[in-house]
Amino acid sequence: MRNDSSFIELKARERARLLLDDGSFRELLDPFEGIVSPWLEAQGIVVQSDDGMVVAKGTINGGPAVVIAIEGAFQGGSMGEVSGAKMAAALELAAEDNRNGIPTQAVLCLETGGVRLQEANLGLAAIADIHAAIVDLRRYTPVIGVVAGTVGCFGGMSIAAALCSYLIVTREARLGLNGPQVIEQEAGIDEYDSRNRPFIWSMTGGEVRYQSGLVEALVGDGVNAVKQAVNDAIAKGVPAQHRTDNYAWYLERLSNFDTSKQADAEQIKQLFGEKRA
Amino acid sequence: MEHITLSFPATRTVSGKALAGVVGSGDMEVLFTATQGDTLTIAITTSVDNSEQRWQALFSRLVELTSIPAGQMQIHDFGATPGVARIRIEQVFEEVSHA
Repeated sequence: MRNDSSFIELKARERARLLLDDGSFRELLDPFEGIVSPWLEAQGIVVQSDDGMVVAKGTINGGPAVVIAIEGAFQGGSMGEVSGAKMAAALELAAEDNRNGIPTQAVLCLETGGVRLQEANLGLAAIADIHAAIVDLRRYTPVIGVVAGTVGCFGGMSIAAALCSYLIVTREARLGLNGPQVIEQEAGIDEYDSRNRPFIWSMTGGEVRYQSGLVEALVGDGVNAVKQAVNDAIAKGVPAQHRTDNYAWYLERLSNFDTSKQADAEQIKQLFGEKRA
Repeated sequence: MEHITLSFPATRTVSGKALAGVVGSGDMEVLFTATQGDTLTIAITTSVDNSEQRWQALFSRLVELTSIPAGQMQIHDFGATPGVARIRIEQVFEEVSHA
């Protein structure tokens, strides 16, 4: 029997609680405040009282911290006006804290399909705010992203993940700009069969993302394993160069990639793998 | 989607508030806030239409078999079966009983 309990099985609130020091969890705009999406009910969709976003303040290793966790079970972890604003504002406040001499650390639990289609441009605008806030905050403290699964991280929020200083994934996680069904619909089933699960995970799963150097840590599904990886990332401090500052290196590889051949996991590793080695 | 409001006589008072569940497929979210007085009021938003009788029956049974605390309960249901619904409701009652 393994001596670590599952992280993937946890809901967003429990994830946030466990990533913070024992007893330090304090939620901002908690469910009893009832700040829900004003758009879902009009479209016949049941709301959740925290709009699927948990913003928790507390401490990590005794230092001030904010953990922002998306609830993947509610509307696929989609980003609406309210949930997006909660994450953006929490990141902006953390940056403000850092400027005011309170070195607030930040951990994001990303389980999301990206923008909530029912809230369209408002969700997109919130995601843009989140991107800007991460870029602002990561100058002061490492912004650590955790994609544990089972939803994974897609759409505009995959860009938010890429902007993080460090990314932690499990084998169950997936990370990609477009979800499998979107690619299949656009490119055809011959190009990308969304129901072929081994194939999907071989292209966008946590393991191949780690082997390609697009994430820093691949961990087992355990609370302690994730906490250890978060601590390791905190210990590294702000990276000398963020992944997204190195865009020219990636762009050159993508430009020279032969798209006439069907892409597979081996090619992805060859394309980006030297970063890991 | 429909809204249902129910009310039952409470047989005890507790303090505090509690939350259980999420608005995910086959699950539901329950928020309970204890109040003084002798009534449990329940506001349900459910994705399942024509389910008022089922909710009425579920709570009637709970009232018969257990001791119901006074307070306000809000339920956001996303297709929870009566079994899951009952577990979520009992979770919040248990949590406030130990507060």
